[in-house]
Amino acid sequence: MAEYNKPTTLQEVEQNFGQIKPDMNATMAYNESSRCLFCFDAPCVQACPTGIDIPLFIRQIYTDNVTGSAKTIYDSNYFGNICGKVCPTEVLCEGACVYNHQDAEPIEIGRLQSFATKAAIKDNKQLFTPAADNGKKVAIVGAGPAGIACACELRLLGYTVHIWEAKAHASGLTIYGVAPYKITNQEALDEVAYLQKQFGFEIHYNKKVEADEHFQMLKADYDAVFLGVGLGDTRSLGLDGENLENCIGATEFIEEFKMDPLGTHTGNRVVVIGGGNTAMDAASESARMGAEQVYLAYRRSKESMGAYEFEYDLAKGVGVKGLFNASPVAVLGTDKVEGMRFIRTEVQDGKLVSIEGSEFDIACDMVIKATGQEKQAAFVKKFGAIDTDNKGRIVVNESFQTTEPRVFAAGDAVNGGAEVVNATAEAKKAAQGIHQWLSKA
Amino acid sequence: MPDLSANLAGIKSPNPFWLASAPPTNSGYQVMKAFDAGWGGAVWKTLGVPVVNVSSRYGSVNYKGNRMIGLNNIELITDRPLADNLREIEEVKKYFPNHAVIASLMVDTREEWHQIVKDVQNAGADGIELNFGCPHGMCERGMGSAVGQNPQALQTITSWVMEVAKIPVIVKLTPNITDITEPARGAVAGGADAISLINTIQSIVGIDLDTLSPYPIVDGQSSNGGYCGPAVKPIALNMLKNCALDPQVTIPISGIGGIETWKDAVEHMLLGASNVQVCTAAMHYGFGIVREMKSGLENFMREKGFNKLDDFIGKSVEKVKTWENLNLKYKVVASIEEDKCIGCQLCYTACEDGAHQAIGLSGTEENRVPHIIEDNCVGCNLCSLVCPVEDCITMVRMDDGTEHKTWKERLIEGSAPTTFNDQRGGGVGHYVPEPKEALKKRK
Repeated sequence: MAEYNKPTTLQEVEQNFGQIKPDMNATMAYNESSRCLFCFDAPCVQACPTGIDIPLFIRQIYTDNVTGSAKTIYDSNYFGNICGKVCPTEVLCEGACVYNHQDAEPIEIGRLQSFATKAAIKDNKQLFTPAADNGKKVAIVGAGPAGIACACELRLLGYTVHIWEAKAHASGLTIYGVAPYKITNQEALDEVAYLQKQFGFEIHYNKKVEADEHFQMLKADYDAVFLGVGLGDTRSLGLDGENLENCIGATEFIEEFKMDPLGTHTGNRVVVIGGGNTAMDAASESARMGAEQVYLAYRRSKESMGAYEFEYDLAKGVGVKGLFNASPVAVLGTDKVEGMRFIRTEVQDGKLVSIEGSEFDIACDMVIKATGQEKQAAFVKKFGAIDTDNKGRIVVNESFQTTEPRVFAAGDAVNGGAEVVNATAEAKKAAQGIHQWLSKA
Repeated sequence: MPDLSANLAGIKSPNPFWLASAPPTNSGYQVMKAFDAGWGGAVWKTLGVPVVNVSSRYGSVNYKGNRMIGLNNIELITDRPLADNLREIEEVKKYFPNHAVIASLMVDTREEWHQIVKDVQNAGADGIELNFGCPHGMCERGMGSAVGQNPQALQTITSWVMEVAKIPVIVKLTPNITDITEPARGAVAGGADAISLINTIQSIVGIDLDTLSPYPIVDGQSSNGGYCGPAVKPIALNMLKNCALDPQVTIPISGIGGIETWKDAVEHMLLGASNVQVCTAAMHYGFGIVREMKSGLENFMREKGFNKLDDFIGKSVEKVKTWENLNLKYKVVASIEEDKCIGCQLCYTACEDGAHQAIGLSGTEENRVPHIIEDNCVGCNLCSLVCPVEDCITMVRMDDGTEHKTWKERLIEGSAPTTFNDQRGGGVGHYVPEPKEALKKRK
């Protein structure tokens, strides 16, 4: 029995995807902020990739200085509300809260962060003023968390910033990849619009950088280029039957689903392959869309999954069943997916091996591959002599400068795929790197 | 960006937040660290003949989830030699020439006062604060609050100091006195440049119910201490107001008492303080707490359109009147927003038992939302104060603002009640239930 009915209206979709970190009202925010101990050298700050002064912003909520609170947050992280909602706070700030050592509930830092920043967004508070034009221009490729954060920081330093975005919306995976029960698309767009209004950078939408003239133009017309290009499509597994209808990559599935939940094909009996957070999301989303049965198949043991424990718990909570030590062999079916063949695995002498003759089939009508994404190595090399490592990640120095001096990069394309908060943190540093480099030149 | 720089009787500081004379200003190390964290000034731990302190010095009042809403201490003045303190004052001023370093002093004879004032001046202090406030230990020796409680002695000692002082002198007052304006006037008469208030309030914070010893426990016994922290702010604000309103207290005031957040600081300044001094908040949260205070003050000034501190210092003083000058025609009545009510019925029981039986219940189990009986409501605010939901119970103005009549005016025109059964009493005609009705009510 499915946990959820298949939704037929957008309203029902919304019900099935209730926010796991719903907005706080003023009373909740006051009560929660009053619990914060204002720790010295606070572990929550140490755990935050952007190093937000968390005790300060919480105390500012407590003392009715919500605008000051939002400023404290945005000073360190331009994706204040987005990160409040989508950050894995359980393993970052909230996981580090000292109340955990007392077996008391940690402070709900993510929700408080969203409370303060949403108030600023709603009232359109002008917290920053760009510096006077310094006469220099920077082109940014990709309007995801890295691109937008870099743009904000550069505008504060007086640069003219133009962004090229291949898709129709800004905020990257926040809108195209993050599970809908973490943040709504509207909220992500609202925050980017709020930032754009204050910082005044230009975004060219639906403008994929692909023509040679475009590459030439970016090189010729700008003092520096920043690449926030993220990752590419889902990597092929090279399995028989991988091209059957209804066998799809997880990022492609989630993107399609987030843009048009009712128009996206979702299965009744779904097998998701992978053990990372994207696999958990794809499995959860299938279940919430009314699938009767969702298997999460991972070739190694449960303990070796890359996904956060709370993400697996979320998936389990909506009826997803784990299938471990099951390695995919082939996708079965004639035109469409009809099943999936696995082989059992075990670890022998530290190596994962298949157990001969242990193949088994699971009937299903959809297979979602969450087994990693391609890197954009070939694409980025068009910007010049940009080195990538053996995993296809762009090589940068501590200023996030690539081996092509005029080109800087940060985010997933550099770190290989991490959280929104990592991308915004890196991109802010990259903007400072650009500034230092251009100030020297 | 608003200008936070402050000026107390010529002592300038980059912002109005000073550390009060207390354990956080015991050494140059602490004062430097505080300035580095953003404090604008510091009043050094009181200098004098070094004391010997007891072990176990503080006691705390905790309230519900919050620790240290009140703190009391039985620590005395500095226990370090004067020469060490003077050397450190000099060093701090070298690193932070624009921050205010004030030397708090407490000695006995005129000769001692002369000597120590000259010493701290030579060390480079920006000002002097005379500790006439300490209400524990030192007062038993005829100093601290023993001086502050005797306006004549306070005036005499102040004038001794003024004989040699070349830098501004602040007199710190004790709240352990009936009328704070008397010592304040003494300070003016003695020639002081400013006053600061309040010092701590004599107190016993509690008793260990196992050993029956009051806190803080020193070998099974205790002594009354000095009470401070957020709990004392209302007392401080009132005494500040008394001084600010007194036409004979003509010198600037430094506000002290219960300041933990920017709001507390602004309240002190609205009632006339030119700057503020903080101790307990720094003892609880460390010097970093000033980040919140500065940010909040800046935000307040920006939102209110104040460019400098003088734009709002003292703004609320004129809004405080004697009771007899309040408008008796002003009338508010409680209003409950039903949609917001969570059904705790605290307003009902508060009004029933603690006020004027002006809130009714539906009488059904399904509907727990109380209603206001407007005719009985005297507009006391109690229900709105106990209500746990923000803006659920508000007080709505009922009079049209055209009528104005004070008690003083009624006395003058002869319309005030004068005899025990005078029918002009305010409660005449107001609904009061029969006593025996009480026995029918649910408790």
